[in-house]
Amino acid sequence: MSEKTLAPSQLDQRDASWYVDKLVQILMFVGGISAIIFIIGIFVFITKEGIAFLFEGFSFTEFFGSINWRPTSSNPTYGALALIVGTASVTGVAMLVAIPFSLGAAIYISEFATGRTKETLKVLVELLAAIPSVVWGFIGLSIMNEFIIEVFDVPIGLNVLNAGIILGLMAAPIMTTIAEDALKAVPDRFREAAEAMGATRWQIIRQVIMPAAKNGLVSAVLLGVGRGFGETMAVLMASGHAINIPTSPFDSVRALTATIAAELGETAQGSEHYGALFALGIFLFIITFIINLAADLVVRGIRKK
Amino acid sequence: MVAAETRTKVLEVNDLSISYGPKTAMSGLSLDVYENEIFGIIGPANSGKTSFLRAINRMDAFDSQMNVNGSLRFMGTEVSAWRNDYALRRQIGVVFPLPVGLPMSIYDNVAFAAKLRGVKGKAALDEVVERCLTRAALWDEVKDRLDSLGSQLSGGQQQRLTIARALSQEPTLLMLDEFSIAVDPVTTMRIEDVLKELKKEMTILLVTNLVQQAERLADRTALFLNGSLIEIGYTDALFEGQTQDQRTKDYLEGRFG
Repeated sequence: MSEKTLAPSQLDQRDASWYVDKLVQILMFVGGISAIIFIIGIFVFITKEGIAFLFEGFSFTEFFGSINWRPTSSNPTYGALALIVGTASVTGVAMLVAIPFSLGAAIYISEFATGRTKETLKVLVELLAAIPSVVWGFIGLSIMNEFIIEVFDVPIGLNVLNAGIILGLMAAPIMTTIAEDALKAVPDRFREAAEAMGATRWQIIRQVIMPAAKNGLVSAVLLGVGRGFGETMAVLMASGHAINIPTSPFDSVRALTATIAAELGETAQGSEHYGALFALGIFLFIITFIINLAADLVVRGIRKK
Repeated sequence: MVAAETRTKVLEVNDLSISYGPKTAMSGLSLDVYENEIFGIIGPANSGKTSFLRAINRMDAFDSQMNVNGSLRFMGTEVSAWRNDYALRRQIGVVFPLPVGLPMSIYDNVAFAAKLRGVKGKAALDEVVERCLTRAALWDEVKDRLDSLGSQLSGGQQQRLTIARALSQEPTLLMLDEFSIAVDPVTTMRIEDVLKELKKEMTILLVTNLVQQAERLADRTALFLNGSLIEIGYTDALFEGQTQDQRTKDYLEGRFG
């Protein structure tokens, strides 16, 4: 066996580009990890502000079981049930409005519209997403209010229905954009393969495109839910801001976020009321965390199949 | 087998096994590939051919499921011990079964590897692009539209573009994974002629579904089956019926399964 001696050490050199690569890796790691640190930092801050209340004035049964949110009374009670139900009901109505609108718009833009129509619609939808929430709140307060009073013959137009519709219209553009991106990402060869088998457009959309885009569509919907829970100004203006467990869509409610926004400015820092508002914040944070976690698990579950 | 092999071993594989999670793709593989030979690998689907290629240029780094055990030496060094993965991959050109035209112009597709290597100056790049495209039998068809997008070429043209790209790396080892499945027969023949020429400069690992292609090109041929090596021998001898294993004979004669 006579083997030519090789010099792999000459081939295997760490050159400049190798070091650049490692450096960029470290920079990306720092960038990525700092986002996580900021989020943990926010959670720590909110918890720190609310923790004293959680250990002193907080009663689990009162917080989740009572509808009496009376922070300024001489004998204050902090029942958040009505606020939680208020937020949930408004978000529920909003999703009933937003899901059909946004999915329909996304499917139309991605699968049916062509050329100019498509481009114009995309720009318009993105413009809608840029409308500030206070403008939506203003529409709810002035236009939707009178509209609901007139059409349904009810005394107050600032209620679950109003806030839900406003919130649904607000969330729809961004949901449309994300859902459309998900549909657009489905490769054309899937469409061509299905068309070649004689599938109709609706059959292709329903049985090929939507399953392929499922992850993106689910995340579009969950982003909408997250938006619903987190939106403050429009809900504050359109919901009536009355503590109440709604029994019909025409009842006024008050949302968690709106409560924090409306009351935090009037409380003394460190007071029991201040702590109670931060407890609401912790609760909101946990809810959004659970929604995101659920989204992640759903998407993972789909991927496994 | 020849008693004393004097040529340089480009690849030395010893008891290599590859698995994806619990699923074994390859086990107990041992073989050597010498410089300036075309080494053919044949075998039905799922026999571990592609996994073997992926292990050679450390593609397992991209797949956390993929596990490579055993010894795999490229140019005398364990591939897992290479301090610079990128330098290793630059030594190894790969052509995938389905063409992957990068989303850039034809010119840039071919000049990409040269630029990565640090080749500068338009004249030098022009030279690389023309030489590689000519060798991949594509130059005449695209010389007037080098600025158009590589992904807009037809399937067969894109495959020749990827071959040109792999050649532009000036690799020590060129690995072709069923390169001809998207290429027409005439072009396939032209590329095969090119490969015979290239053999003088580099080592070629040719994974193919076509037994005849191995017969035409490969100096030695190995049969993989269900993740193990069945037989390895000089292609001429194998096709003359001098096989050790009945399964090889059956496979070469198309009487398999």
